[in-house]
Amino acid sequence: MDPATAREAATLGIWTFLATEVLLFGGLFTAYVIFRIQYPQMFYEDHLKLNRVLGAVNTVVLIGSSLTVALGIAAIRKGKVTLLRFYLFLTILLAATFLGIKYVEYTEKFSHGLSPGTDIFFSLYFMLTGLHGIHVLAGMGALGTVLFLAGRGKYSETYHTPVEISGLYWHFVDLVWIYLFPLLYLVG
Amino acid sequence: MKEHDSGIGTYIVVWGALIVLTAVTVSVSYVSLGLMNVVVALLIASVKASLVALFFMHLRYESRLVWGFALTPIFFLVLIIAGTLSDTLFR
Repeated sequence: MDPATAREAATLGIWTFLATEVLLFGGLFTAYVIFRIQYPQMFYEDHLKLNRVLGAVNTVVLIGSSLTVALGIAAIRKGKVTLLRFYLFLTILLAATFLGIKYVEYTEKFSHGLSPGTDIFFSLYFMLTGLHGIHVLAGMGALGTVLFLAGRGKYSETYHTPVEISGLYWHFVDLVWIYLFPLLYLVG
Repeated sequence: MKEHDSGIGTYIVVWGALIVLTAVTVSVSYVSLGLMNVVVALLIASVKASLVALFFMHLRYESRLVWGFALTPIFFLVLIIAGTLSDTLFR
């Protein structure tokens, strides 16, 4: 297989995987829509208990991490390996910041006696953000692997498909949060 | 397949737009507009999602085939939600 065909196949592969991811989150989003219509009062009262400021800060953190990944890919397309590694490191740092803030939020909720068992809203909140958190962890793993392999000189101007593919995965994690944030924190 | 790049300048502009849209959606959430709050929040989220997909994910420069792969799950998502609602709303 020539390199261009291999790259196109990899691109279609990751988009197919992302399609299954949309449907994985889709089941939970469907539950959200159904129950929000059924219990508008519960969703309204509960969403006020979430920390809007921390949610917004985390949104900015994830958007920033999307930018650093995009800049990293732009760098390796020009063959700049050191710059790629710098941006990947920055991305992983931002991902860790996101999870750190999420940890603070979870701790705050639990200390107020709010848990997945509280009611349907918090059930959905913990399921959606928890599943998303697992995706952040997986993304850190993927980007960490790419960072490690970049250090061993695996990527160049002509070959860097894994960087592109894991970058697409990371942007998807950002995309999910772009919807989760307003649905859970802003409009309940 | 050729690799097209929007250039670093474009990435920074897109990032700036995403930050501004986040600020707007948070500000609007403090104003009570009733059902319009949901509409505005989803509209802004969709603009942000489109920016990420088009520029950061390079969808702008991808082939029709990739576009097909990217858009198909949205169709199924709508189908799942609409299909389930058509049941639960009319019980």
